[in-house]
Amino acid sequence: MTETIKDSVKAFIIENFLFGDTFYELADTASLIENDIIDSTGVLELVAFIEDRFGIAMADADIVPANLDSLARISAFIAAKSAVPISA
Amino acid sequence: MCGFGGYFGSVPDGKALLEKMTAAIAHRGPDEQGVFTAPQAGLGHVRLSIVGLGDGQQPMSDVTGELTIAFNGEIFNYVELRDELRAKGRRFRTSSDTEVILHLYDEMGEDCVSRLNGDFAFALWDNRRRRMLLARDRMGVRPLFYAMRAGTLYFASEVKALLQVPGLSAEIDPIALDQIFTLWAPIAPRTPFKDTFELEPASLMIADERCVVTRTYWNLEFPERDAPSRHVDEGQAAEELRALLTDATRIRMRADVPVGAYLSGGLDSSIVSALAASMAPQGLRTFSVTFDSAEHDESAFQHEMAAALGTDHRAVACRAGDIAKVFPDVVRYAERPVLRTAPAPLYQLSGLVRDSGLKVVLTGEGADEVFAGYDIFKEARVRRFCGRQPGSRMRPHLFRKLYPYLPGLKQQSSEYLAAFFGAGNDPLEDPLFSHRPRLKGTAATKMFFSGDLRARLAGYDAADELISRLPEAFGRWHPLHQAQYLESRFLLPGYILSSQGDRMAMAHGVEGRFPFLDHRLVEFAAGLPPEMKLKGLVEKHILREATKDLLPPSIGKRTKQPYRAPDSLSFSGRGELDYVRTAMGEEAIAAGGLFNAKAVTKLYEKCRARPASGFRDNAAFVGILSTQLWLQTFTGTSIRAAEAA
Repeated sequence: MTETIKDSVKAFIIENFLFGDTFYELADTASLIENDIIDSTGVLELVAFIEDRFGIAMADADIVPANLDSLARISAFIAAKSAVPISA
Repeated sequence: MCGFGGYFGSVPDGKALLEKMTAAIAHRGPDEQGVFTAPQAGLGHVRLSIVGLGDGQQPMSDVTGELTIAFNGEIFNYVELRDELRAKGRRFRTSSDTEVILHLYDEMGEDCVSRLNGDFAFALWDNRRRRMLLARDRMGVRPLFYAMRAGTLYFASEVKALLQVPGLSAEIDPIALDQIFTLWAPIAPRTPFKDTFELEPASLMIADERCVVTRTYWNLEFPERDAPSRHVDEGQAAEELRALLTDATRIRMRADVPVGAYLSGGLDSSIVSALAASMAPQGLRTFSVTFDSAEHDESAFQHEMAAALGTDHRAVACRAGDIAKVFPDVVRYAERPVLRTAPAPLYQLSGLVRDSGLKVVLTGEGADEVFAGYDIFKEARVRRFCGRQPGSRMRPHLFRKLYPYLPGLKQQSSEYLAAFFGAGNDPLEDPLFSHRPRLKGTAATKMFFSGDLRARLAGYDAADELISRLPEAFGRWHPLHQAQYLESRFLLPGYILSSQGDRMAMAHGVEGRFPFLDHRLVEFAAGLPPEMKLKGLVEKHILREATKDLLPPSIGKRTKQPYRAPDSLSFSGRGELDYVRTAMGEEAIAAGGLFNAKAVTKLYEKCRARPASGFRDNAAFVGILSTQLWLQTFTGTSIRAAEAA
C-alpha cells in the first residue's frame, strides 16, 4: 500500500510541480520547499490532491512541513491517516 | 520629455538613418521632430513639448553652433540654474531647460550633470573637442541605449530606434534572460538584446576619436552601520523631510502645460497628490486604475482621497481580458520580457491621461525604495530575528503578519510560512540575505528553460553576478540599507522605472515625474537611521510622520498594499485570445528554442484548468509568454514558426 501511495504522490508531484520532468531525481527524503519544487500555493494543491485522491480530510494542524515536505513524509502521513477508519 | 537617437562615427547617409531612428520612437515625441548632422556625428529628436513650447525645438545648438544637444527628460531646477548663469553674463535665446544644459556644459564641461536636478538622458555633440557626451540621470528614470557597429557608436532612447541601424538585428541575450528569470530585470549595462547595452544610471559616456570612456558621477550611499547619525531628533527629521518633499513636488509642477497626478489610493501617490493639489490653484486632475477583482482593486481609497482633495478624478477600468488585449503592445514598448502583468494597467492608464488631454503626471513611485516601504524589508527583519532567535515561539507567527493581502498565504500554516521564507536557514552574512526568498522563488521559473538554453548558460548564476556588482562599502551598511540599495540600484531602474514607468507612459506620449526620486530627498533618506524608516514592522514611519496632516487617517495609516495585477488569470477563461494559444503552443515554443515545449504545455494546461495563484506558476507563465512575444516582435521567430506549422 505504501509503495502505491508513494508512486501516486510522486506522479502527482512530477506532473504538477515538475511539469513532466521525469529526469529530475526526486529523492524520497528531499525537501520540496528547500529544493524549490513546491511554493506556498503548491501546498494547497498538494492538500487538495491528498484529500481527493485518498479521501482524507486534512485539519489545519496536519498542514505542516513535518507531514508534507518530502515524498517520504507525505507517504507516511497518508498511510497513517488511511489506517484510521473514517468513522473513528 | 521626448526621445532621441544618434551616432558618433562614420555613417554614409546619416540624415536618412536619423529619420528612420526617430520614426521608430515617434510615440515618445508626437509634437515635433528634427535632425542634426555634422561630419562624424548626428542627432535626431522627437519632441513632447512641455517646457518652452514655442522655442524649445531640438536638436538645439548654442549660439556658436559648436555645441548641439538632443535631450530627453526635464531639468526641474532649470529656473534657478538659468538665473545663476544669467548672473554670470550668459544670454538665453529660449525659455527651455534644454538651453540651460548647453550653457552649463559650456561653463563646466561634463561635470555640469552634478548641478542638474532632474530626470534626463541626453547626447551632446561638442564640435570643438570633437566628442560626443552621453549622460543619464542619477536614479535611471530616463533610458539611454547604445551599440557599436563597425567602429561607430549608435545610441537612442529605445532599442527599436537602434534596430534601424543597418547590420544591427535583434537577438536575445541568454544571460539577460537568466537575469530576468532570477532578478526580474537585466543587470545594466546588459539588456535583453545581445550586443546592445544601456548607459547605467548616474553615468556619463564620452566618445572621441581615440576611445569611449564611461564613468559614474553619483552613487547611492548609506552611512556605515555604527556611524553616529546626523538625524537623531525624529521631529526635526520629519520637518526637514516635509520641506524637501514639498520642494521636490513644487519644482516638478513646472511646465507650460497642465500637470496631473496618478492616484492609486495608497500612501505615496496620495501624499504627492495632496502636495500637488495645494500648489495648483486651478485644481488638480488625478487618474487611477480600477480592477474588477477585489484582491487588486483600491477604488474605495481612490475615491476617498480624490474627494478629500477635491480633484477632478478619472479612472480606467481594467477588466478581465483587458490585460491580454494590450499585453503584446506592453512587451513591444517595454522591449523586454516581464514576469508580471503589472505594466499593462499602467499602459492603459497613460492612455487615459493622454485621452484626457494631459501629457504630464506626478507619481508616488520611488517612496517604497527610498523610505523602506516594501514588504521584503519587513520580511528580512523577521527572518533575521528568526536566524538570531532560533528557539523563539514567536517565529512562525510573525510571518502571518507580513502578507495579509495574499489569499494564498492566508491559508498557510505558520510553520509552512516560516519554511517558505527560509527562516533561520539563510546565513545572516549573505549580502543578498534580504532578497534570497524572492530570488529563489523567481529562479524556480527557470525549470522551464530548454536544454539548449541551459547548455548556453553553462551554470551561470545571476545572483553571483549581482553580488559581484555591489560596492565595497556595502558590507559595512545596516541590513535595511543593504536591502534598500538592492531595490533602488537594480530593480528600480531595471524594472519599475522602465517596464512600469518610462516605457508605459511614453507609449502614449505621457511624462511621469517622481518627486520621491529627487536626489536631494534620496540622499536625505539614505542618511536617516533605519528605525526612522522601518519602525518595528511599520513601513515608511518617518514619511507618515512628516505628512500626517495631509491625508485622511484611513489613508495615512494604511498598511501597504503593493500594486499588483492579475497574472496568468488574465490570459485564460472565456474569450482567450488566439495569440496566447499560438505563442504558448508547442511549435512556437520549440521554434523559439528557449523553453521546454512539453513542460510549457503542461504549465499552460494547468493555468487554464485551475487559474494559478502561486507566484512561481504565474511568473513562469507571464515570463514565457512575454519572452515569446519579444521574440515574435523583434525577431519574428514565433510568427514564422506558426505560419510554417
